[in-house]
Amino acid sequence: MLQAASDPLMKVENLVVEYSVGGKTIHAVSDVSLEIARGETLGLVGESGCGKSTLGRAVLQLRQAVSGKVLFDGHDLTTLKGEPLRKMRRRVQLIFQDPIASLNPRRRIGDIVAEPLVIAGVRDPEERARRVSDVLSAVGLDPALVSGRLPHEFSGGQCQRICIARSLVLNPEFVICDEPVSALDVSIRAQILNLLEEMKARYGLTLLFIAHDLAVVKAVSDRVAVMYLGRLCEVGPSEQLFARPAHPYTALLIEAIPVPDPDVRPTQSVPVGEPPSPIAPPSGCRFRTRCPRADARCAGEVPELRVVAPGQFAACHHPLI
Amino acid sequence: MSGALLSVEDAVVDLPTPRGNLRAVDHVDLAVGAGKTLGIVGESGCGKTMLSRAVLQLLPKKAKLSGRVMFNGQDLTTLSAEKLRKLRGRSLAVVFQDPMTSLNPVLTIGTQLIETIQEHLELDLAQARQRSIELLAAVGIPAPEQRLAQYPHQLSGGMRQRVAIAIALSCEPQLLIADEPTTALDVTIQAQILDLLAREQQRRHMAMIIITHDLGVVAGRTDEVAVMYAGRVVERAPTPALFKQMRMPYTEALLAALPKLDVAPHTPLPAISGRPPDPTRPMKGCSFSPRCRYSAGRCTTEKPRLSPAETQEHLYACFHPIAAGVGA
Repeated sequence: MLQAASDPLMKVENLVVEYSVGGKTIHAVSDVSLEIARGETLGLVGESGCGKSTLGRAVLQLRQAVSGKVLFDGHDLTTLKGEPLRKMRRRVQLIFQDPIASLNPRRRIGDIVAEPLVIAGVRDPEERARRVSDVLSAVGLDPALVSGRLPHEFSGGQCQRICIARSLVLNPEFVICDEPVSALDVSIRAQILNLLEEMKARYGLTLLFIAHDLAVVKAVSDRVAVMYLGRLCEVGPSEQLFARPAHPYTALLIEAIPVPDPDVRPTQSVPVGEPPSPIAPPSGCRFRTRCPRADARCAGEVPELRVVAPGQFAACHHPLI
Repeated sequence: MSGALLSVEDAVVDLPTPRGNLRAVDHVDLAVGAGKTLGIVGESGCGKTMLSRAVLQLLPKKAKLSGRVMFNGQDLTTLSAEKLRKLRGRSLAVVFQDPMTSLNPVLTIGTQLIETIQEHLELDLAQARQRSIELLAAVGIPAPEQRLAQYPHQLSGGMRQRVAIAIALSCEPQLLIADEPTTALDVTIQAQILDLLAREQQRRHMAMIIITHDLGVVAGRTDEVAVMYAGRVVERAPTPALFKQMRMPYTEALLAALPKLDVAPHTPLPAISGRPPDPTRPMKGCSFSPRCRYSAGRCTTEKPRLSPAETQEHLYACFHPIAAGVGA
């Protein structure tokens, strides 16, 4: 499945991730293919349990895939082990949702940010100190003031800056941001989103940006992929996808966002019902149980991702465009 | 304010902390009438939850509250624990952010509903059970009869919040406080729960207070909005008036900082620089002044009072309010 990425740095092919809980299989990611071009930000949206975080972890090989490939710069990460995988991982970093929980409370900020360098074998303490200082300044923190302090002395927004610094200290090419701002207040969220954009430009990053908030995703993404119950529903350029969604689920997500304008009456048309269980996903199209357009074909046949507009793909038998 | 079902008058909440006194709520006045919805908007630490706890008289033991909380003509701050317990759950109900922590994990949904109903209403077991089934159906839970035997962990987050709402509504409260009722939920479920709350509020002619950090949540679903910052109400207005013309720079900045769907990707967001002040270090001037782009002169030396704009209903606390026709 080619998706309009001319020079893909990351390529996910037919990825399947399942895990078992209490003897039951959870179909977390089912046959997902994606490409992310060098220098691009791909947004990945979906509701909790849709498999977006599992996909991010499977890309990093933190979660083993059942089948499928994860090609990073031409190397299939799923077949790498030991030292070659560790080497490759230096080029791929991850930023988590909860910035406070992802920092060791007993270590000083300078050591936390230096740790990837230690692991990567940068032995010269002076070089480490210089690189830590550079990256802390880049994320807007004063190295002299923060290096000796402990995480609890910082707010959530500052902790996220520290996490971003740690993820950038090895000069990675690809960064997966998993809900990086959803634990932050609105006024801080904007600062961190702006910072991620600056860092992307400064370090020449390619980003996979995972979030449940469509507006947040749109603010930073070139293209957006929408996931529902382990499958991709739609992929397309941000502006185009939000202006003219093809998949009914994308349309529903857009409709459900509360708009800060009292003249826009909240729609009463949001369908009832909740996502079914990923243990026993519906046959055919997984969204059909909540979809206003579903018919017999949707139950019998899994819709493939098909072109609906230039660069825009939707997996739907009855797309809106 | 006369005629209001609930009025909070000059409420101050102080919390002792190892770092000194933390003023969580700083001279707040609020009112909400029967059949009306008030939205309280603010970021974490602004005091919105402590304020709702003060209304419910559920403040932490160490907290000190001064001021009055008038509900139906009686001052809740002077009521005995026994009288308060009767009032809560009966006339005053609350829905919290995380239904998993407000529901008892080892009791069935049915037990929790029936217990609440029997505690406050003179109904026998069969009647209480019947009422529980009706309530679960009213909040949109499929197969309500079977649900009575289920435990909270067997339900999804959205379903649990529906159960929590059913329990809150079970005794026909006059006032429902919903504290971030949808923050833990997905966006499609959030819309359903907000619709449900609005529908029940209308049908029962309840007063409702929605506490949220999301201006989007209050915009279409409240009659009045109070914006809180650092323990104080900094702007208060009927919802349409507020969104038509924000006067307080913080409200404007908060709205501007929200990513919006109609803005092109990679457009830098107008972020608010800095962060909220330390509530254990009282400031002399306006607490927003260090982050405010209009700050000048007495902003740093004198606290602006909450006072009316063009209309008596629109209040703001600012020396340099955004002028009509300018701003958001």
